[in-house]
Amino acid sequence: MSEAGENKNRRDQPPMIQSQLQSTPEDTSFAKKATPEKLLSGYKGSAGAFDELLAKDGEIFPHYAKLLGELEEFGSAELSRRADACQRFVHEHGITYNVYGDPRGMERPWQLDPIPFVIAPEEWQKLETGLIQRATLLNKILADCYGAQDLIRSRWLSPALVFGQPDFLRPCHGIKMPGDIFLHFYAADLARSPDGRWWVVSDRTQIPTGAGYALANRLVTSRILPEPFRDNHVHRLAGFFLATQNALAQLAPRQADKARVVMLTPGPHNETYFEQAYVARYLGYMLVEGQDLTVRDNHVWLKTLSGLERVDVILRRVDDDFCDPLELRNDSILGVPGLVEAVRAGTVVIANALGSGLVQSPAFMSFLPGLCRHLLNEPLKLPSVATWWCGQKAAREHVLKHLDKLIVKPAFRTQQGLADAGFEDLKQRIEFDPDLFVAQERIELSTAPSWEKNSLAAQPVSLRVFLVTDGQGGYSVMPGGLTRVLPDSGGKFISMQRGGGSSKDTWIPSATPVDEVTLLHSTNQNVELRRTGNNLPSRLADNFFWLGRYSERADATSRLLRSALLRFNPERTGGAKPLLAPLLQTLETQGQLPGISAKPELWSNAEAFEAELLAAIFDPTRHGSLRQTAEQLQRLAMLVRDRTSNDMWRVLSQIDDRLATPPSSKRVMLAGDAVGVLNQTLLGLAAFHGLARENMTRAQAWRFLDMGLRLERTVYLCTLLEATLLSPDAENPSLLEAILEVVDSSITFRSRYNLLPTIPAVFDLVLLDDKNPRSVLFQIKQLVKHFEKLPKERGDAASPGKTVLENCQSRLERADARELASPSAKWSDSALAETVRQTLRVLPQLSNAIAASYFAHSAISRTGRGEVQ
Amino acid sequence: MNYHITHRTLYEYAAPVSVSHHVARLEPRDTSTQSSDSFSLQIFPEPALRKARTDYFGNQLCFFAIQEIHSKLEIITSSRVTVQPKTSTQNESTAPWESVAEMFRDPVSPEVIEPYQFVFDSPQVRASQELAAYARESFGKDTPLLVGARELTRRLNKDFKFDPRATTVATPLEEVWQKRRGVCQDFAHLGIACLRSLGLPARYVSGYLRTRPPEGKSRLVGVDASHAWFGIFCPGTGWVDFDPTNNVQPAEEHIIVAYGRDYGDVSPVAGILTGGGAHEVRVSVDVEPLE
Repeated sequence: MSEAGENKNRRDQPPMIQSQLQSTPEDTSFAKKATPEKLLSGYKGSAGAFDELLAKDGEIFPHYAKLLGELEEFGSAELSRRADACQRFVHEHGITYNVYGDPRGMERPWQLDPIPFVIAPEEWQKLETGLIQRATLLNKILADCYGAQDLIRSRWLSPALVFGQPDFLRPCHGIKMPGDIFLHFYAADLARSPDGRWWVVSDRTQIPTGAGYALANRLVTSRILPEPFRDNHVHRLAGFFLATQNALAQLAPRQADKARVVMLTPGPHNETYFEQAYVARYLGYMLVEGQDLTVRDNHVWLKTLSGLERVDVILRRVDDDFCDPLELRNDSILGVPGLVEAVRAGTVVIANALGSGLVQSPAFMSFLPGLCRHLLNEPLKLPSVATWWCGQKAAREHVLKHLDKLIVKPAFRTQQGLADAGFEDLKQRIEFDPDLFVAQERIELSTAPSWEKNSLAAQPVSLRVFLVTDGQGGYSVMPGGLTRVLPDSGGKFISMQRGGGSSKDTWIPSATPVDEVTLLHSTNQNVELRRTGNNLPSRLADNFFWLGRYSERADATSRLLRSALLRFNPERTGGAKPLLAPLLQTLETQGQLPGISAKPELWSNAEAFEAELLAAIFDPTRHGSLRQTAEQLQRLAMLVRDRTSNDMWRVLSQIDDRLATPPSSKRVMLAGDAVGVLNQTLLGLAAFHGLARENMTRAQAWRFLDMGLRLERTVYLCTLLEATLLSPDAENPSLLEAILEVVDSSITFRSRYNLLPTIPAVFDLVLLDDKNPRSVLFQIKQLVKHFEKLPKERGDAASPGKTVLENCQSRLERADARELASPSAKWSDSALAETVRQTLRVLPQLSNAIAASYFAHSAISRTGRGEVQ
Repeated sequence: MNYHITHRTLYEYAAPVSVSHHVARLEPRDTSTQSSDSFSLQIFPEPALRKARTDYFGNQLCFFAIQEIHSKLEIITSSRVTVQPKTSTQNESTAPWESVAEMFRDPVSPEVIEPYQFVFDSPQVRASQELAAYARESFGKDTPLLVGARELTRRLNKDFKFDPRATTVATPLEEVWQKRRGVCQDFAHLGIACLRSLGLPARYVSGYLRTRPPEGKSRLVGVDASHAWFGIFCPGTGWVDFDPTNNVQPAEEHIIVAYGRDYGDVSPVAGILTGGGAHEVRVSVDVEPLE
């Protein structure tokens, strides 16, 4: 306890200790048991870099000592086990980031190193002070550039940096922000140079991402290393998110308790979509896309199933120039037309302010020391990496002279990269348009211990830190951050987008136990009881509906293919054909086995036939294959990620994993292996449906999911029943047994009838029995119930969908299987077949009616860009 | 000279529009040689919300939102404008262009901060070394600024063919450059790009042009059009306009509506609709000289 206090007063540099394990009283227990030699036997920092763990003389910095002692005690084998658990947690929580331009497998698992990065508390305090100053300064610069522009006129800031920058959004000039806060969130990338000093390598002011990944890293790391996490008294991250909630609630134009905050996302393809969904859920905000919002009467509204609901604050993950196609980039489809005018009118607040990307340009770094003295009357506490902006003559000359030693970067965001430019080319481009370039000094990143091949290795790290406004002109800093690890050194900076590197949790230990913080409000207040959650945006209703449809499509496809594979016998394929025909025809009609009836040669070639069935299961490139359906399910689950439980997500990703890695290569796979995979898939789907039924409240999301499921099940059932009646062997008991098996009604049938299946008995059970959850009538009755509970359409007593359904229901209720099945020349012409066909005809109408009533998101279009002559 | 200008824009949509938001920049500006004496803007159907304000460049704009279902939109403006004859500029006695370009290299004097904004690339106009080389043929060593600008205007007029079918508003400048064809908007953008490639401040001007009927014919009503040209900043004189489409230096027959860095800053009417599908637009402009 006293150590930390002393160190604070005594030293600037991280303090060192004499022997590894004597820094605090608790540590002595580890000293007896183990020496750090084993884990550290191969540990060696790079010659020119600062090492976060070991001082120059090879001694361990005290703030790492306790962690290292405990790691030693675990030993290599135990740590290895925990490292595996780390990967498993990441996978199970679906922590991912997306890589653009990689359509297949676009979603990459997040890389997390199990060993946290530890920063000494006294050092962290200094960083905090410097970061708060920097955020305050950047905010003041933004307020001036979008207001009086005194800094430009008085030449504290080069005008070219503002006027020449695409991120200076002229339509946003003059917009007043509550409390003069433009920069609500700020992040910075820090690196430590060989002399032990911290530098800001880049400022993130437009959309400071990464706080959610820091939180996810914490969640996993505190679980795999609970003992060190507890013993180090690591500062909690929740306080930062609580501060975020408070700050955003304060911004709302309406009273804080009525305020609705939403997070605006560019959509699931964005690289940090996982984080957006994760943070939105953690903070309790709805995650919306541009098309979920609309501007009316200069206010922003959320489109929900039961009407428009007002939005007060938008936490923005869409680049500012994409936020309003009317006043900003007109080619944007991510934004909301009229949004800028609503912001101007003060009816909605966007965080960060539109245009805040301006000060993110590295070119600003060279002006910050002067601006800090001018605006805050104090020196800049946390230095930026040495930066030269070529727009200034002296800087340009320096850069041109030292091109080989510096990293030349585009000064502004929208420029193209310079990766391949040679020195001569670069020189010419700098001379032609110097404003567009900055050069920065290379920093040899410091190294920190990371898990590598069963021991600890020194790997280069940088740290992203996060700040949020306190609403009063100050900022609070997340105690921790996102540490990024570069696999091999080389002075280059780390880019997650390029798919490089891993990450770490970041620990700020405390000498005393830390406060537990919760995001939930205290229970002293009188809580208004609620039985409904937030209203469902219509786009999400659409996604849930299709999630239901695809889950049932996967279920039906698996059942049909399984029954086909089980009945398929290479010895007597020809003989099995009649029994398989209706199953295969159903799969053909529904798109899993396209054109199979037109390939009679398959019947005589057992190998080709089997290959065809296996392709319908596993082939990722084949349209309609089970594998593709599972991928669609994954995709849809991602779209509703912030509305479903982790368990549902996990179940679906396991199904996809299993189909993606078949038990053996296709060439030698046996039908039996495939049946095994289908069995597992069906169990997974059963788990998914069970979770939906038992764990989702009976609100709109569940309703649309179940409607999708019921509709899809009806489609497959009716298709199969029709195919059966069309078969010349319709009466064959073996075929009818196959049908009962596919629709999971064999047991019921046997318990009712002690005889071979007949058409009237089978159809009574599968078509008309409303007690059988697999029958057609059961599905229709469920759909009618759902329709009754849906929000009513405006002035529309009976929606077209409901009328269609009710007619269908009464037709089936009146029907009698024996009458319908009265002997006729052909089963395909019977009244029974007609009943099935009538139902089948109704289904597309029904689907369209649901879409028209609830999922109408009209596309936007533009005018007025071609009248000049 | 006094003018009465009527500008009608009619949109017809293939599908009903449930909401639309528009920004219109149709009101002529007050300048040192032009005064806007009266202006009216009518919109059908009546917008639920309508707000006039001044934009970043000092242009008058009108923001409006229509929230009732509509399948057409009509915008009619009526303006009375007085245009003073411009004192003809002494092009030969202006400063050498290099000295002007030097004024606009960092650090610039606070007095020229306003024109300094127009030196930089803008979304539709990007400087390039190729354009700089083309422009240098008009701006030889020590060429007086406005002599160079006048000569550039003449060459643009000669080297590029007016062809309304060659380009659309979305055609990038590079394509206009290659095709050597375009409309007034393209030529204005080209002139601006050439000047900025030399480091000189240049801006886009949108407005109207009085058209004269052929000898002996009477003036036809409603056949005029919106027009565009460019302006260059000349120290000591201020902004001076050039019209490459007609190879003239505007005097009394050009009426200024708005200026900005390029067309994107000043498009007369821009809208975003929910619904609507394809649309057709009909524009008629009438510039009537009043005696």
